[in-house]
Parts: sequence; structure tokens; C-alpha cells
Amino acid sequence: MKILRLFAAAIIIALSAAPVLAAPAIKVGAILAVTGPASFLGAPEAKTLEMLVEEINAKGGINGSKIELVIKDSGASPEKAISFAKQLIEEEKVFAIIGPSTTGETMAIKNIAEEGKTLLLSCAAAEVIVNPVAKYVFKTPQMDKHAVIRIFQQMKKMGITKIGVLSSNTGFGKAGKEQIEKLAPEHAIQILVNEVYDKAATDLTAEVTKVKAAKVQAIVNWSIEPAQAIVIKNVRQTGMTVPIFQSHGFGNIGYVKAAGAAAEGAIFPAGRLLVAEVLSDKNPQKAVLLAYKKSYEEKYKEDVSTFGGHAYDAMKILEQALKAAGAGADKEKVRTTIENMKGLVGTAGIFNFSPADHNGLDLNAFEMLTVKDGKFTVLEK
Amino acid sequence: MFFELFFQYLVAGLTYGTIYAIVGIGFNIIYNTTGIINFAQGEFVMLGGMTAVTLYGFLPLPLAVIGAVLITMVMGGLIEMVFIRWLVKPTVLRMIIITIGISILIREGALLVWGEGVRSLPYFTGNEISALSLGGVRLSPQVLWSIGVCMVIVLFLNLFFKHTMLGREMRACAANRDAAALCGIPTKNMITLSFVLSAGIGALAGCVVSPITYTQYSIGSGLAIKGFTVAILGGLGNSMAAVAAGFILGILESFSIWVLPTAYKDAISIAILLAMLFIRPSGLFGNKEAMRLKDF
Repeated sequence: MKILRLFAAAIIIALSAAPVLAAPAIKVGAILAVTGPASFLGAPEAKTLEMLVEEINAKGGINGSKIELVIKDSGASPEKAISFAKQLIEEEKVFAIIGPSTTGETMAIKNIAEEGKTLLLSCAAAEVIVNPVAKYVFKTPQMDKHAVIRIFQQMKKMGITKIGVLSSNTGFGKAGKEQIEKLAPEHAIQILVNEVYDKAATDLTAEVTKVKAAKVQAIVNWSIEPAQAIVIKNVRQTGMTVPIFQSHGFGNIGYVKAAGAAAEGAIFPAGRLLVAEVLSDKNPQKAVLLAYKKSYEEKYKEDVSTFGGHAYDAMKILEQALKAAGAGADKEKVRTTIENMKGLVGTAGIFNFSPADHNGLDLNAFEMLTVKDGKFTVLEK
Repeated sequence: MFFELFFQYLVAGLTYGTIYAIVGIGFNIIYNTTGIINFAQGEFVMLGGMTAVTLYGFLPLPLAVIGAVLITMVMGGLIEMVFIRWLVKPTVLRMIIITIGISILIREGALLVWGEGVRSLPYFTGNEISALSLGGVRLSPQVLWSIGVCMVIVLFLNLFFKHTMLGREMRACAANRDAAALCGIPTKNMITLSFVLSAGIGALAGCVVSPITYTQYSIGSGLAIKGFTVAILGGLGNSMAAVAAGFILGILESFSIWVLPTAYKDAISIAILLAMLFIRPSGLFGNKEAMRLKDF
């Protein structure tokens, strides 16, 4: 009797396991700052991934395998990112990890992904993520370096040589500050004031006064948090009329609304998602950008941001690579496929990866934008 | 140029000081009735700002602010009734832990309701770039609004706690709850009332500083830390002292930026708080003798 029962149980287990074996799902982890101080990055990223995975699975998955998405909310804490990365790699045994949203978190888990031989497609900006190159680590946002170069080129056109730099005390702010300091001499730019402000600041009049006292020709404000909008307001309130240059972290219409009239005329480099409608029809990115914008805004009833676009690019790169590598490909094969991927049109630009370049974007990924009548528009050259 | 800069830093200090002070005075009301620090005070500030922004979608600004204050007052009362009223002789420590729990609860609730976006009310006068100019020194009109509201609240609280029966009854609860109850004071109602009142003041603060600082579901704890610092610095329970301490801290921070790298600003305020707690826990304007008689 006992043997019979065991036998029956074995059959049930075998039957229930059978359909799973036929088409094993591909597990994709995501570590995103859905809540907390960087939620404006993580929340649209998580929504974008959920939307894309739904679309992919509705079409029958990739090479017959559905995608199983596991999103972990790190709250922008590197400590949490570390434990989630270990959990995803060791317990969940995911195929790839998308995220984290911030540079600090990405750097905290770079080695964990590398040692766990698990693909990491970071949505964070700093160059240190892919320089030096780690075999398994890629990133989708444009390089800080390129943003700084585009800003300096624009300054040259406007005849600006003396600047004040304000940056926030986060990984993003620090990375930008380092690039500005490094690249300024070769572009004949002189930094007169160079100050760091708190990412959770409530008012920055005193910081701005320090810049005012130095009599600069332009201000570079490098941050990705809401505090950057406070800087812009305080600059104008203290009566300074010099041009304000923002980083690509300004690419969220929410910041323009927050800074209101003060945001008018701010200049910043950004991906083309924000100005998708006004691009020429010849632009190869236009179709991709409009498609993403339309489906995101219809589904979530909120404005699309470039940050969600970084997760979109990460998922698309992974999807393409999985498709090209064929069913049942292992992590190493998919990794090499990404490394050799050329001409993939994403929201941040056109990706051309190589073993030495795990970002795949060049200077052209950025467009110089400005704010006019409360909206983003392409800066007239 | 030197004087112009000096006054510009002073103005910046006043701006910081007002934000700290207006949040700081909210701590004193619940302290005056219960003898505890309500760590959810920052969340009342956030709730006020967020509710006002939502109401402003379909109401004129003054009504939106009044509506937000009333709604937050009701919420303050409900929170007290649900979490605190039914406790039998809670210890100070237990009540403090409960308020920390409440603050986390409100924050997560706000995230669900409003999402993670940054919002703000429009400037009460002018807009984001308008400023009053006094010989090269410029001041946003919203700072004057904040200072004004701050003064009105302090005046109201002073009159209320010193010269009305209700106010005296509330203070009696903090001094000795059993004795107050024996005198026929409905102590439980007084504590509920103190939550209603401090929620209202927090909400008003949230509305008036929102154009300067912005509002987001998570802004409460950051504001509360500075507010708490000035409440301690001034001497707990004394609203006027909290305002004075707010301005002292704001101006110190602002001038520190003149001479030091800006990154040290917060280190300075935390250092002041720690030094104060070690050297003079009763605060700058507090009474040492009275402090010794209190639990916390």
C-alpha cells in the first residue's frame, strides 16, 4: 500500500514537472530603487520592465521561453543591493540582472556579478561601471564623460571660460564632478568655485551665494535628485542671469515643473526621448522612441522619462541577445553575443558594443536640449 | 561687495532658519501635553503639503491650504485614537517607538497614494524667480510668508498654552497625568487634542514651505531631523525658543558655507545638536531645574 502511494506521488510530481521542462522560463532579476531617494529612477524603470516583459510573454516569449521577472526594491541602498544581488544569483539563479538604478549600488555589486558569472545590465550612468571593463557588466545610459564634453563644446560656442560647479553628494554627482575637473583643462575651461551640496537639501541660497561671489560666466549643476531644481530657483532668486548648464540627470519634466519659471533657458545634454516628437523623420531613433513613449504613457498615464528608457534599452539588449544566441544558450554565449552586437537602436542612442566598450554609445547619443515655455526642446545651434 | 555678501548669507540663513523653526515648533505641542517627542511630526508636515497640492488641483490656493490643514488635523486625531488612546499607562519609551512606527506607516501610505513624484504648491506671491531686492540683497517673498506664518503660530501657541483654560489643562497633563486626571481633566481627550493641534500646525508648515523645499512622500524625516534639532537646541516645550534656535542654526549653517566647503553644512548642525545634548540638555533657553523633573 505504502509503495503504491509513493508511486502515485511520483507520477503526480512527474506530470506536474513535465510542462515546466518543455519550456523553461528565463529568470531575469532586477535590482531597482523603486522607493527611496532615487525612486524617480527606479519607479519608471520597474514599470518599463513590467510592461516589456508582459509584451514579450504575450508574444510567446523568446525562442519559446517565457520571461520570469523578479524585481527587488533596493531603496537606493548599496547594502540592500549587495544582499539582493547575492540572493538573485545564488538562490534565484537568475540568468541576468537589470539595474541597479544608481552608480553607488552598481559599483557595490559589480564584483558580485562578475564572480557569479551573471550578466549585469546597469541602468546607472557613471563611467567607472564599464571602465575598467568587467566581463559580465554592461550599462545602458550614456557616459558622463560625453555629457561633460558636449557641455564644454557648447560653452566654447558661447564664449564661456569661467564656470562655477555645484554637484550633489551622491555617486552621480561625484562622478560628474570628477569628469568636469578632469576634462576642464583640455577644453580651456577654468573652474572658479567647486562645491558639493546635500541631495536632500531644502534650500541652497547660501551655496548659490558662494558661486555668485566668484563672478562666474556660467554654472554647471550636476545632480540627479530634486535638489537640482532648488539650485536653479535659488540662482535666479539671488539675481544671477548667467546660463545654467544641467547634467543629463535633468531629463525629467517633473524637475522643470518644480523649478517653474526659473528653469527657462537651462541647457543640458540628454537622450532624444524627451524631444521624440520634434525629431526629423530621418532620425533612426524616432520610431523606437515614439513607440516606447506611446505604450508607456498609455499604460501608466504619466510622462515618460529617460530613466525608464535605460531599463527599456537593457531589456531590449537582453531580448535581442537571447534571440540571436538561440534557445538554450548559456550565460557565456549570450554575453559574447552582446559584446558583438552592433547598431541596436535604443532610447539612449545607437548601441555598438565591443569587448573593450561595454556601453556602446558615443558622443552623438546626446542632443543638447533646453527648456522653453516649460517644455524640453532642442537647443538652436 | 563684502556687505552685500554678508547680508546675502544672512538672508540664506534666515531662509534655512524659518524652515527649521516652523517644523520645530510642531514638536512642542505634543511634548507639552504628553512629555514625548512625536517622531511622526515630519510626516504631518509632508501630509499637509501633499494634501494641499492635491486640493489645489480643483480649489483656489487659500481654500486648498485650509482644507489640507483640516484634513491633516482629522488624520492626526484618528492616528492618536487608533494607536495611542487605548494604551494603559504607556511608558515614554513605548510611546516614542509607536510614533516612529506611525511615521513609517504614514510615509509608506503616502507613497501608495501619491507615488514618488516631487510636487509643490505655487509661490503664494510672485513665482520661482521673483525676489525682493534690498540694495543688491535678494529675498524670495515666500520666505517672508514663512516667517509671518511662523510668528502667527508662535503667538497663537503662547496665548493658547498660557492664557486659556484648555491650554493650561493640556500642560497639566504633561506635568503629572494622574494629578491632572484627579482634578477632573479628561487627560485622554487632551492628548488627542494635542495630536490634532500639532498635525494642523505641521500641515500649515508643510504648505507654506512647500514652494521653497518641494514636497515628496519621503521629505518628512529630513525636515523632522532639523526641526527636532532646533526644538532641542531651544529647549523642549518652548515655541519661541524653537524659533530663535531655528534662526541661530540656520544662520550658523549659512555662514559656515562662506568659509568652509559646503559639504560640511550638515556636519555643523549635527555637531551642535550633540554638543547641546552633552553640555546643556535643557536647551539654550530651557530651565535646568524643570528639566530634572521630567522623564525625557
